[in-house]
Amino acid sequence: MSATRIALAAALLAATALTAVSAEARTLRWARVGDSLTLDPHSQNEGATHTLAHHIYEPLAMRNQKGDLVPGLATSWRTLPNDPTVWEFKLRQNVKFHNGAPFNADDVVFSLNRAMQPTSEMKGLLTSVESVTKVDDSTVHVKTKGPNPLLVNNLTNTFIMDKEWAEANNATKTQDFKNKEENFAVRNANGTGAFQLVSREPDVKTVMKRNDGYWGKGTEVPLEISEIIYTPIKSDATRVAALLSGEVDFVQDVPVQDIERLKNTPNLRVTEGPENRTIFFGLNVGAKDLKTDNVEGKNPLADKKVRQAMNMAVNRAAIQRVVMRGQSVPTGVIMPPFVNGWTPELDKAPAPDANRARALLKEAGYDNGFQITMHCPNDRYVNDEGICQAVVGMLGQIGIKVNLVSQSKTIHFPLITKEPAETDFYLYGWGVPTFDSEYVFTYLHHSRTGKFGANNATGYGTPELDKKIESLAAEVDTAKRNATIAEIWKQVQDDLPYIAVHHQMLAYATKNNVEIPVDAENQVKLKYVAFKGM
Amino acid sequence: MLAYLLRSLVQGAVVLVAVAFIAFSMFRFVGDPVANMVGQEATLQDRAELTQRLGLDQPFPIQFLRFLGNAAQGDFGVSYRQARPVSSLIAERLPATVELAVISALFATLAGVGLGVYAAIRRHGFLANAVMTLSLVGVSLPTFLIGIGLIYLFAVELRWLPSFGRGETVRIGWWSTGLLTASGLKSLVMPVLTLGFFQLTLIMRLVRSEMLEVMRSDFVRFARARGIPNRVIEFRHALRNTMIPVVTIAGLQLGSVVAFAIVTETVFQWPGLGALFVTAVQFADVPVMAAYLVFVAFVFVVVNLATDFAYLALDPRLRTGGARGAH
Repeated sequence: MSATRIALAAALLAATALTAVSAEARTLRWARVGDSLTLDPHSQNEGATHTLAHHIYEPLAMRNQKGDLVPGLATSWRTLPNDPTVWEFKLRQNVKFHNGAPFNADDVVFSLNRAMQPTSEMKGLLTSVESVTKVDDSTVHVKTKGPNPLLVNNLTNTFIMDKEWAEANNATKTQDFKNKEENFAVRNANGTGAFQLVSREPDVKTVMKRNDGYWGKGTEVPLEISEIIYTPIKSDATRVAALLSGEVDFVQDVPVQDIERLKNTPNLRVTEGPENRTIFFGLNVGAKDLKTDNVEGKNPLADKKVRQAMNMAVNRAAIQRVVMRGQSVPTGVIMPPFVNGWTPELDKAPAPDANRARALLKEAGYDNGFQITMHCPNDRYVNDEGICQAVVGMLGQIGIKVNLVSQSKTIHFPLITKEPAETDFYLYGWGVPTFDSEYVFTYLHHSRTGKFGANNATGYGTPELDKKIESLAAEVDTAKRNATIAEIWKQVQDDLPYIAVHHQMLAYATKNNVEIPVDAENQVKLKYVAFKGM
Repeated sequence: MLAYLLRSLVQGAVVLVAVAFIAFSMFRFVGDPVANMVGQEATLQDRAELTQRLGLDQPFPIQFLRFLGNAAQGDFGVSYRQARPVSSLIAERLPATVELAVISALFATLAGVGLGVYAAIRRHGFLANAVMTLSLVGVSLPTFLIGIGLIYLFAVELRWLPSFGRGETVRIGWWSTGLLTASGLKSLVMPVLTLGFFQLTLIMRLVRSEMLEVMRSDFVRFARARGIPNRVIEFRHALRNTMIPVVTIAGLQLGSVVAFAIVTETVFQWPGLGALFVTAVQFADVPVMAAYLVFVAFVFVVVNLATDFAYLALDPRLRTGGARGAH
């Protein structure tokens, strides 16, 4: 046998081996605590729902696993040089929906308008939009009411549907709960995403297969997974058991208490990272008198010294160690590190100092402390009730007697969002989907007027501060805008209506041959996943 | 006979309305579904609008009457969580729960009666005593702990059985069954053991003590004096006389098997009504909760009715009494 023949044979063998590997069916069985609420891309604005939708549908611009903004169905965008209120999007060409229909400007106009319907839950992110118009097949203009430098940040979860498909299936409107019929888009999907829906049984199982015609395959993303089987498993112990027994490959919501054990299991891997969510306490600083305290005629929380004392009494390192088992990043500011405006100085948590805190309380005239009620959810954040219990103990040390009311999120959150709010001291968490401080200010620091301050139950807010916050929305000069952001942070850190506790951490557990990096928004995107040798 | 049936039906309807009323009046303590339905960006006005669209701004009596009116026409509304009609959700989840509950009840009754009789006849035997001791565990251990213990042993350590789900199912019309596939049957084993274990021990202990009681009674002694063989005495005379209380308990327990399925279904991620209810509670999904509670009440009513008829079949004295009443 000649050398060339051997070489040829070897090359042939290698080639077959290669094709065999790339064409190999790679199924990933994925489990998490809850299911997506609906496949309708504009009906719900909720984490698990968006996470699943990102596999089937795509927005104009999206975030990669690190949280950077990357092109999606739009390849580029800019504001028109002569008109800052118009954003121009150039659309990706030669993209097809899963049913084979071509993607074009009509679909974008249709989808953005669908997301702005009164029954859509995505409308809150698009309130600045005045109109969406098609310029030509590959260009769309979005006109905003006044300049909006952050419009693109607001579009990362606004998915694009096929107009013709929606019309043919009578799904041009999002679910209206007055309507008793099920919308076709709730259990069926037709997107441009890297995976295509095969079957869906809500709360039981959702199967997706690889979209082999995906525009980014090979260039943007490896797309090695050929099939995804997504199963919600509610019980913590069962979810972990399913991973240990090899029935699933990837558990997204790993209970804190099981991380150590999974790390020590030979064929499993745990990846950890910070989440885009900060946990903190809100204090009612605005009321003349509090309903839930034992001080008559005045509001102890309105006194800055009291708030400083409380801030000092919280031992964040102890909470991280004992309650969170290391799974948190203590902080002094209520925005996650990914957000524009975040600095290490702001993030620095004050050192716990019970003596100084007691002295401050004395200066404020509360020599013997006071009593107050704290409201806490027990099924929303990681170990939320444990955090509250720990803080109750810490405040007890400086003489503030806290009566803890911990209850389900369905009861807790209305206390905060009701007008007037029905809590004086509450645990809350906040993620920043736009990755910009303005989002935090608008909902948590602006006084509660009109569309502002919807989640601000503290009664905090002054006309000057409100004006500054409102100015951010239209400021197109980035340097000037960032300076205003820094100014606002300085003021609110000094006023202290919120006591920051920590940034939440996420942990994903997988089999050894897959590594899934933690996604800042907890929106796992499996198209990025590459397998390591078996 | 007909009068008896009618009376039972009217009583059943009253029970259903009462349950719906109590359930409905408790929903306000579960929380506000709107908080779960709107996005983080929702304004106060958005929330108010949705509350109005759902009719949650109406006073309680109006909400309740509207629910009753719709329910009477078979319309239980649309789930707030899944945006799908509740009646189709229930129809989809019903087969899983019914298969689990019926097989658990069968398992508990057959094994319970068998072991109970054995423990009564061989009351001093070693095996009988061992079974009795083991049954104490069943009575005292909570269901979820048994479930997790089984998962650890059979799924994680031995890897014989799946830790969650229903396996592959086959559709027969609208009914989906797990009884026709190997993975479906394997998936049933642990949930059935978990759900049936408490009922099994209860029935077993009951049968044993009833049986011991009957074996001491005069007619058994006379029967024995007449030289009737032991087997016949034990199974034809004694067992039959112990069955009245056993049927009562087993019947009532069938209702609670459906209700207790909540815990078992959650532990094993069993896609049945109990799991549907638990997620509905966490979301304050009022239409689903209301429909589920009415459904469970309906099951209890039907089971009680069936138990009454079973008495008639078992106890001849009731039959003659019933016949006289009909004259």
